[in-house]
Amino acid sequence: MQLFPCPFCGPRDETEFHYGGDAGNARPDGADVPIDRWADYLYLRTNPKGTAREIWVHMNCGEFFVMERDTVTHKVLSSAALGGEHVA
Amino acid sequence: MTASRLATGGSAIDRSRLIRFSFDGTTVQGFAGDTIASALLAGDVAVVGRSFKYHRPRGIWGAGVEEPNALVDIGGSRATPNTRATTEPARDGLVAKSVNATPSALADRNAFLDRFARFIPAAFYYKTFMWPDWHRFEPRIRAMAGLGTVDADWTSPGMADQINHHCDVLVVGAGPAGLAAARLASGAGLTVTLVDDQQSPGGSLGHRAAEIDGKPAAVWVKETIAGLAAGGHLILPSTTAFGIYDHNLVGLNQRHLDGRPDTLWRVRPRQIVLATGAIERPLPFANNDLPGIMSADAALAYLRRHAVLVGRRIIVAANNDSAYEVAGALAEVGAEVRLVDIRRDGTPAAAANVRLIKGRSLASASGKLRVDGVTLDDGTRFDADCVVVSGGWTPTIHLFGQAKGKLAWSDARAAFLPGEPVGGIAVVGAAAGAVSLSEVFAGVEKAFAGKENAATPRSTGPEATDGILPAWPMPGSKGRIWIDYQNDVTVKDVELAARENFVSVEHLKRYTTLGMATDQGKTSNLPGLALMAGITGRTVPEVGTTTYRPPFTPVPLASFAGARVGELMAPVRRLPLENVHRASGAVFQEYGGWLRPAHYGGNADAERSIADEARRARQSVALFDGSTLGKIEVIGPQAAAFVDFLYYNTMSTLKPGRCRYGFMLSENGVVFDDGVLVRLDEHRFIVSCSSSHVAAVHARLEEWRQDRFGRSAVYIHNATPDMATLTVSGPNARKLLEKLHLGLSLDDADLPHMAIGHGTYAGDEVRIARVSFTGDRSYEISIRADHAEPLWAHLREAGQALDAIVIGLEALMILRAEKGFIVIGKDTDGTTLPHDLGVHGPRAKRKTEFVGRRSLFTEEASRDNRMQLVGLAVPQGEAPLPTGAHGIKRIDGRLRSQGFVTSSYQSPTLGRPVALGLIERGATRHGETIDIQYLGKISKATITAPCAFDPAGDRLHA
Repeated sequence: MQLFPCPFCGPRDETEFHYGGDAGNARPDGADVPIDRWADYLYLRTNPKGTAREIWVHMNCGEFFVMERDTVTHKVLSSAALGGEHVA
Repeated sequence: MTASRLATGGSAIDRSRLIRFSFDGTTVQGFAGDTIASALLAGDVAVVGRSFKYHRPRGIWGAGVEEPNALVDIGGSRATPNTRATTEPARDGLVAKSVNATPSALADRNAFLDRFARFIPAAFYYKTFMWPDWHRFEPRIRAMAGLGTVDADWTSPGMADQINHHCDVLVVGAGPAGLAAARLASGAGLTVTLVDDQQSPGGSLGHRAAEIDGKPAAVWVKETIAGLAAGGHLILPSTTAFGIYDHNLVGLNQRHLDGRPDTLWRVRPRQIVLATGAIERPLPFANNDLPGIMSADAALAYLRRHAVLVGRRIIVAANNDSAYEVAGALAEVGAEVRLVDIRRDGTPAAAANVRLIKGRSLASASGKLRVDGVTLDDGTRFDADCVVVSGGWTPTIHLFGQAKGKLAWSDARAAFLPGEPVGGIAVVGAAAGAVSLSEVFAGVEKAFAGKENAATPRSTGPEATDGILPAWPMPGSKGRIWIDYQNDVTVKDVELAARENFVSVEHLKRYTTLGMATDQGKTSNLPGLALMAGITGRTVPEVGTTTYRPPFTPVPLASFAGARVGELMAPVRRLPLENVHRASGAVFQEYGGWLRPAHYGGNADAERSIADEARRARQSVALFDGSTLGKIEVIGPQAAAFVDFLYYNTMSTLKPGRCRYGFMLSENGVVFDDGVLVRLDEHRFIVSCSSSHVAAVHARLEEWRQDRFGRSAVYIHNATPDMATLTVSGPNARKLLEKLHLGLSLDDADLPHMAIGHGTYAGDEVRIARVSFTGDRSYEISIRADHAEPLWAHLREAGQALDAIVIGLEALMILRAEKGFIVIGKDTDGTTLPHDLGVHGPRAKRKTEFVGRRSLFTEEASRDNRMQLVGLAVPQGEAPLPTGAHGIKRIDGRLRSQGFVTSSYQSPTLGRPVALGLIERGATRHGETIDIQYLGKISKATITAPCAFDPAGDRLHA
């Protein structure tokens, strides 16, 4: 069981967290955003091997945060409070 | 009688406490401290089980967790199938039965199968039972193969405890290496947890000659343990570390000898020390699976721990030095011992009363139900009633492997040893390939303490040596040579796999089932790999090992389940007034994770109760517990902009004190939730979301708050559990409410539909929202949950004069369906967009951004044949449509769906069925009659507007 560092609560078991998507997936605003751009925002995921920047939420406290981790070794590299990840 | 209990000795047994238990229906005697296996050996029970496939007779092989043969089903209150007799303590009254044998291991009626063995090699069933159909053979084959049986009627005596534990150092294994490591850690001021799967600590020191720091090993073990205990360290005997998981979480399963369920420990140590020892391997020779052929180290353990002498005329066969002590010990207590060593040179001296035969190996063993002799490779034959073998030692590196540790092959040890270190894990002792105690202690000092340490124990007695000359199974060998005893895999099976190109180690394993039995190949994997290497001309490391996965030994499911059994497996959320409703005859059901009254009036004639409730609700006044309704507060300077962004509908134009119904969409435009938004004041809103959606809506609000709006702009508080919400609905709702004197004006001018008011009840503030899910005038009264009971009682009492009726969720579903009010997820699916439900305004007019906006303008969203919400009316006199029935049409003579029924009820008020559905182009087809199909039967329905009752909405104000 992995230990994820919630920026609010500290290290906690991974079962207390939900995955929230890629970090840095900026949301294009507007009714006339090019449809390909919108489709990328909705569905295109990077699924990297190695370092990944991801949004997670600690269900116990409700804190959303950005965590960098290695998808191969499961090493957690950093975590920081969320803010502006979806803002284009 | 050949195996027997000696008159004296046995460090583990207490001769003053006699134990009797049953094995295969016969009584076996033993002493306290015996395992089932040691007691069976003492009673000279040679055949203790039958093999998986060929039903070959099998005897006890080992004295520990690696045991492949001696599996028993334990009966009674602690029933457990496939228990290793070598680790299960014998106790009075225990009932044990051999596995895969009918009626007993000795007289198994399927023993004839062994005569057909040549026709049923590895994978035979893949090839044999193809025609006409595998499934015709499967039941009989499955019944014949297999090991223990599960007692389906058995229930656990209790819940298993689960304990989360933290320590500086977790030491796995309390043998010499583990004890030394624990002592060094303790001396360094670290907190230590020491676990060992045996009942008493010491590991190999329990039966191997040793002297440490000038003391007999047993004394040193006792003193070391006493020192650790005095230091406040946690010592867990009878506890197996079965797995290392991500980020070095270690799973322990602790057995309790008093019959309590096992305890699961989840340990997060800063440092793990694996002192897990090594497991002795068999030697390859024909019929090496006969009862009476066993591990040499196990024979020594039974002798010194349990005072059991395993035979009178014993052949010791070895390829390394460790069997010499065994041979000497067996001879010393009177057995006639011949030691056959495959090595010609470099052997240690054998004891004087042991007849040493050098440079020879066993070619075969003979015997029917137990071994009666052996033939050497030069043709010499010896009679024997027991053969003890040592084919070398396999370090127990399972946990290291689970932690993704890479293994390194050692030619000197003829085994895989831990390779590159894994962070936070040190491997010491025999598990790291150490042989002598001096090596063990030096290794502990180096790997764990990092430098020379005065507290490191010193070996002052005899030192073990190895000198192994590998003796792997060879291709082309004569006779049937067993590699995997439990799954009946022989040399010929591995050769067959190689011939058919299953040469990869993972393929070999799955094709032959080598190492896939309950023992997970603890004795068989390495010989199997070495044989495959020999067949394919590779080295053992080139063949490699299969992946190590938890658990190291079987763990009861009860340990993993812990308290998550029965009702606690998926706990329901409960209403504050649950007991009050029960007293009123409520029948409860789970709705979206909440346990709620489905209807009242008990279980008898539920349908009539529901219809009564729905009818009478329209006649006078109904009371309903709506406490599950979401109440999420959105507060802050950006609150209005925030709800505008989250809702499909513009919400910032809402006036304080007013409510508005709206949708929340997902980013793909699909309707995610619906409900009423209340604006309390300029900067404070309450999101009333669907009962089952509270957590999801809350999480969604938090994400947008934290990411897009900022933590200081909006604050969100989920007040759902804080408040109970009691709903009063019906033509006489206001009359009933007036009787409560809530301290606010109920005039429609002051509290119109879709407005909120504030009052007090018995000193508590109450919030009254005039919103309606029934279509009738309704008031939702919210009060702090722990004070809701008097208010509910008051409503009921005051309602008597008005013929008030308490209704459950089923009646409410009828009322809302009469009105065409939807339930998200029931009347919508994962494609439903807001305009499919007839709410076009925001899509057409909104200029500001909101979640899901862009998705409402795609080609897909603009299709003219989208499924749209409609009402469905059936011809007069017909029964309600089945929910889920499809609207159908014919295209080129073939049936096609054009939508489906989402909600359907008999309306007691209208005296006819009402239904809602999603039908292609439905909004423009009102009045059209379509075919509805359900389970092959076709009926008619006419498309209507969703609302079937009071379409003008007059009753909201009546």
